[in-house]
Amino acid sequence: MTQLTWLIPLLPLIGFLINGLMNKRMPKQLVGIVAAGSVFISFVLSVIIFFEVKNGDGQAITITCYEWFSAGNLHIDFSFLVDRLSAIFLLVITGVGFLIHLYSIGYMHDDEDYARYFAYLNLFVFFMLLLVLGSNYLVMFAGWEGVGLCSYLLIGFWFKNNSYNSAAKKAFIMNRIGDLGFLLGLFLIFQSFGSLDYSTVFSVASTWQTGDPTIMAITILLFIGAMGKSAQIPLYTWLPDAMAGPTPVSALIHAATMVTAGIYMIIRSNVLYMLSPVSSEFVAIIGLCTALFAATIGLAQTDIKKVLAYSTVSQLGYMFVALGVGAYTAGLFHVVTHAFFKALLFLCAGSVIHAMGGEQDIRKMGGLKKHLPITHFTFLIGTLAISGVPPFAGFFSKDEILAHTWAHSMPMFIILSITSVLTAVYMFRIYWLTFHGNFRGSAHQLGHLHESPPSMTIPLICLAVLSTLGGFIGMPSVFHAPHLLNGFMIPVYSHFEVIQEPAVTHRFEYALIGVSIITLIIIFIATRNYYVSKGKVPGEDASFGPLTTVLYNKYWVDELYDNLITKPLQWVSKNILRNIEIHLIDRAVNLFGGSVNFASNTLRLAQTGNMGFYVFVMVAGVLALLIFKLII
Amino acid sequence: MNNLLNTIPVNDYILLSAILFTIGVLGVLFRRNAIIIFMCIELMLNAVNLLLVAFSTLHNQPDGQIFVFFIMAVAAAEVAVGLAILVMVYRNFTSVDINVFNKLKW
Repeated sequence: MTQLTWLIPLLPLIGFLINGLMNKRMPKQLVGIVAAGSVFISFVLSVIIFFEVKNGDGQAITITCYEWFSAGNLHIDFSFLVDRLSAIFLLVITGVGFLIHLYSIGYMHDDEDYARYFAYLNLFVFFMLLLVLGSNYLVMFAGWEGVGLCSYLLIGFWFKNNSYNSAAKKAFIMNRIGDLGFLLGLFLIFQSFGSLDYSTVFSVASTWQTGDPTIMAITILLFIGAMGKSAQIPLYTWLPDAMAGPTPVSALIHAATMVTAGIYMIIRSNVLYMLSPVSSEFVAIIGLCTALFAATIGLAQTDIKKVLAYSTVSQLGYMFVALGVGAYTAGLFHVVTHAFFKALLFLCAGSVIHAMGGEQDIRKMGGLKKHLPITHFTFLIGTLAISGVPPFAGFFSKDEILAHTWAHSMPMFIILSITSVLTAVYMFRIYWLTFHGNFRGSAHQLGHLHESPPSMTIPLICLAVLSTLGGFIGMPSVFHAPHLLNGFMIPVYSHFEVIQEPAVTHRFEYALIGVSIITLIIIFIATRNYYVSKGKVPGEDASFGPLTTVLYNKYWVDELYDNLITKPLQWVSKNILRNIEIHLIDRAVNLFGGSVNFASNTLRLAQTGNMGFYVFVMVAGVLALLIFKLII
Repeated sequence: MNNLLNTIPVNDYILLSAILFTIGVLGVLFRRNAIIIFMCIELMLNAVNLLLVAFSTLHNQPDGQIFVFFIMAVAAAEVAVGLAILVMVYRNFTSVDINVFNKLKW
């Protein structure tokens, strides 16, 4: 069955071709069936392959489709690698992807570019599957670039709005900066190991010394790629702006799958990162800073999707901390649970926005609980899961990361715990403001409020179930249940011993669980008291206090980048245009043309029309040649 | 044939040919009557023909003489066309002075 792995990415590609080529010539129902159906079949295949891999001996299976190209001693096969890591990603991508396709059928129903939307979405799934299935870095890079392209296309899906286009361009350019690092990393890998195949690279690398500067350079460069794709400081600013795209896109690309590509890449390259403690530490620090930084920004945002976007950035930082401290499985675990609850939260937000007729400002919402019961309930589950309330999914993955961080370094643990508290605060803030209290929108919106159609609520319910149960695949040892994920992932770390079980005592685990539960209860009551009982709704932008203003304006990072990079760049370009282009290049080109013109104008006068003159010149020429010949 | 060259050395042929050619060139250069210029061109052609025949005999190879036939044929055709043009020119300008035909210039 694993020999049929190539079908998994192929099906969404076929879906893309059908929807893309037929476009508006196909009835809407059929478009949805083709798009969601192709991903669903991929999902079924992924499940089959997952169980085969699970029951197998854990050996990675390589399926070579054909030789892509070869130049010199560089041979690149277009081949897939099926192992336990890619099997998990396959499940998440096709599973969550299918639910989001289903949701989109309802969400995008009134859009005139229905088919184009689904074509892009299928193309995205194809590239994402390519990214996680590739058996060498170049196939991964192809997928890596492809998902960036689809992200660009989908952020700018409503291309008639200029600011959406700018957001799309911003995402693409920021990603390109990261991709350059990634590409340089690939060059360096090829130069050092003579191959881009995972198996060759890792087996050669594992014989190298720990702390080798070349490996450090490679890992840092690859991580720069991850910074762009997974929205880490300093390349994170594109992700909040990417919320311009349709909400299911935010859920699929900018929460569940594409942004976790960086995490996948680092887990895949765990051998390299294990060999370079310095870059691992760097990864952890960047992740930590991003986690805290984005969480504080999330506290003051008033756009429901922006809060979730900063929350995503923050959670991605969490995962990088896990990878940085060497807890690869914990990072993967959080990728999986985060895919469930963040996709759920985004889809709920989409449902709310749908009901509110496009309104995204939480200051205009409130009291939606009774109008949108299913959305409310699933959103609550998502909130509990991301805040880390037991027994929801986020609790297990977060606690595992915290425990690993505790074992690694104390200050990191403290900062990460603060982030975790902040996460709960901003999530409960939007929960209370959106679903409780009095409705603050217009009367027209109030009359329009309705629960979403089943095609939207069914994915919500599925994801809510997953967010509730997803954590049980990785129970900490205090519960005396097997940590299924740890056991599953052992074959992936064949070259080195990777710590899977956090090196902490059971007493610490109990304390961690106890403290987090108490903190969460306090946050729950405090935020309820503040936002619902006292009815403190954030006022107009101008009425913010100094701290809120700073956070609301995202520390002015965008303005900083604008002044520090964009404006000087534009200034340089303008000056090049004004001085070098106009005065130097233009003049040189004009001089050339002018001199030719002048010369021909002068020579033209030789054509006198007098035949005697022509003959004379001819004879004189012949004579001159003759004399010339005689002299030499 | 050879005895012809025995009586008159090949140098004389070359000299005669050169003189004829020079007369032709000078005629083309200095005369203004188009018909005279035409004749001078013919003179140059025939100077070359003479040379070809002389050398063909000297080397005892007939191809030079074949060449001469070609040149004569082409020259005849050329004269036919050239004279026709001249007739037309005369009809338009009532003159065959080449200094009159200077309309084709810059």
